[in-house]
Amino acid sequence: MGMTGIQILKFLPKTNCGECGVPTCLAFAMQLATGKAELEKCPYVAEESKAKLAASAAPPVRPLTVGTGEYAVKVGGETVSFRHEKTFVNPPGLACLVSSDEAEASIQGKIDRFKACQFERVGLNLRPEMFALKDASNDPATYKAFVQKFMGLCDASLILICPNPDVMAAAMEVAAERKPLLYAVTLKNGPKMAKLAKDFGCPAVVRGDGNMDTVIKLTENLGKMGLKDLVIDTGTREPHRLYQELTLIRRSALATFRPLGYPTIVFPCEMASDLDNETLLSALYIAKYGSFIVMSDFQAHSLFPLLLSRLNIYTDPQRPMTAEQGIYPIGNPDENSPVLVTSNFSLTYFIVSGEIESSRVPAWLLVQDTEGLSVLTAWAAGKFNGETVGTFVKKSGIADKISQKKVIIPGYAAAISGELEEELGGWQVVVGPREASQIPKFLKTL
Amino acid sequence: MAFQPIKQKYTGAIKEVVLGKDDRAVKIGGRTAFPFLNFEGEFPNPPRIAMEVWDKDPSADWSDVAKAPFQGILSDPPAWAKKCVEEYGAELIVVQTKSADPNGDNAPAEQVAAMVKKIADAVNVPVIVWGVANHDKDTAVMRLVAEQCADRKLAIAPVEEGDYKQIGAACLGYNHTVVASSPIDVNLAKQMNILLGNLGVKENNLVIDPTTGGLGYGLEYSYSVMERLMQASMTQGDDKLQSPVISNMANEIWKCKEANLSAEEAPTLGDPEHRGILMEAVAAVDYLMAGADVLVMRHPQAVKLVRGFIGTMMSA
Repeated sequence: MGMTGIQILKFLPKTNCGECGVPTCLAFAMQLATGKAELEKCPYVAEESKAKLAASAAPPVRPLTVGTGEYAVKVGGETVSFRHEKTFVNPPGLACLVSSDEAEASIQGKIDRFKACQFERVGLNLRPEMFALKDASNDPATYKAFVQKFMGLCDASLILICPNPDVMAAAMEVAAERKPLLYAVTLKNGPKMAKLAKDFGCPAVVRGDGNMDTVIKLTENLGKMGLKDLVIDTGTREPHRLYQELTLIRRSALATFRPLGYPTIVFPCEMASDLDNETLLSALYIAKYGSFIVMSDFQAHSLFPLLLSRLNIYTDPQRPMTAEQGIYPIGNPDENSPVLVTSNFSLTYFIVSGEIESSRVPAWLLVQDTEGLSVLTAWAAGKFNGETVGTFVKKSGIADKISQKKVIIPGYAAAISGELEEELGGWQVVVGPREASQIPKFLKTL
Repeated sequence: MAFQPIKQKYTGAIKEVVLGKDDRAVKIGGRTAFPFLNFEGEFPNPPRIAMEVWDKDPSADWSDVAKAPFQGILSDPPAWAKKCVEEYGAELIVVQTKSADPNGDNAPAEQVAAMVKKIADAVNVPVIVWGVANHDKDTAVMRLVAEQCADRKLAIAPVEEGDYKQIGAACLGYNHTVVASSPIDVNLAKQMNILLGNLGVKENNLVIDPTTGGLGYGLEYSYSVMERLMQASMTQGDDKLQSPVISNMANEIWKCKEANLSAEEAPTLGDPEHRGILMEAVAAVDYLMAGADVLVMRHPQAVKLVRGFIGTMMSA
């Protein structure tokens, strides 16, 4: 990983000139070590030292972006093997394979389903981002026309799959503007394919032959050419072995073994007999170190579970997911429907709203911003008390939607009921159940 | 530069626990490396799939997709359990004693225990009995269950801080395995194992239930607690957490709203049958990768997919 402040200090001029804005070189080194300062601020550091420091400070898995605009996919930048050790940073891109000889209706179906797969959840839009366009013609004009036509139908980010650099070159005349991922540089086509990636400034996949030494040789050679935006395909298509390889690649990257410090691409579409089994393998590589995942088809019933698992695995454990503060109507409530208030920890919101929904009693759910804390924790931290809840209920505007001024609070916050009645003035405060699972029973007997 | 694989250094292994006895015993745990990394450890037992059977007709709570494979026998738990084993190849059966729930049917403990016995007698695989997490009721039910199924070496769950003395004693008395439950927290899981150890429960009779979240509804918390348990016990020298882990996931997955919506209710979510099955199977993959040794599952098609996945991942 990165150097310590003391290690960095050795590369600095040690003149304590202060021109970087920090009084001493040691203090500056400390800030560099924690990422608070930038090396550029020191006008006197030698070029050679600069290069060494930059290399050491580079993230262990190189970050790179495929595509432009709203479907751009950023991957890499990971710093841990297990999400709880810090967080996973950039979720893998999900791609669907399309072949240049595929029937038009089949391609159109995939594009339609791609566009329809947009799921709103806790303020995020869950959806796939990519298509992998595979050449089956080995003819420059055919592949170019295919890519061009596809780009006219769909804004997705692209992976161009084509072993022949001459064919790829033709497609790049139209595709370069979308910054596609080129698949792939191999030992065989290396020089020509790599030159294409370099000329167009696009990231490229290196494809190995199931032997990690081949991958290392390729990334090292391309690195010498100045090609840094690389993605690894080890060439392995056996799921278990590939999982082990990806684990070892992540370990090597974290140990700053640069030749393997790149994102990865996997092909469940070539590894399973049907879409159900592809879905399971995709789940595996979402959890364990895949950066681009190529499936044979997009179907909502397969994508939806994968998008949820991707959301869960890549949620920052240091920052709880939150629901937006506000009024949530559940089951078309009217002026006589009950009003419940809860915290904005996303799990609390999901569970409480789910239970209200399953009770089939229409209700108003008020979600208060507790900075992502659950009811009990928020109450203990003084963020869910008579004053905060009262202020929120008043400002929410719920009073205009109901005829009787009555609010139901969670059982765990029973202690605030007196204070809340005082704060609200003229409202009746009812203490609800402690556990969300009891809400249906409670609402039905209300 | 030649490739040098970096191997994880392990300081501990997961204990092997035997569920059931004699010719119908099933071993769980026993692995000496992180999930499926057999280039650096031994995996004497694959992760196991237990299929759940409710002790009451779940028709009112279940969607058509979940009910379809068990049409006609959901009100006959012994027949249901038999079908899971004989037709769907369940290696283990979990009896969920839902009828005991004081907030639901509140069936008397004697009646609940009698049904558990009937279900256990109907199958020749090990049985895990899962209560309703109400200390008083579970204690009453499990005492009877422990006695009446004395010859089966059951696993009994959930055993929590509030009832471990009572249920733990019943398990000790009749040599059943204890499933120690704690709410998504490594330290609380450790505390439960210590308390049960002090009570006299042996490590080879102990399984950890770290509490399971649904896919999209808290899966990440359970996932990370399982990975932390695994690291603590296998690479950080904590010998109090080396028990196999069970994930009671079916309940949580099928509780998710989206697992149950029909095509009319959710036109953008694809085929409802595939969706429910894949939500269960995808969550199962996540929990396997986080280190679960036993998964409690519901839909036979999801079970089949995950069994295939485990087979693939156990290959040499």
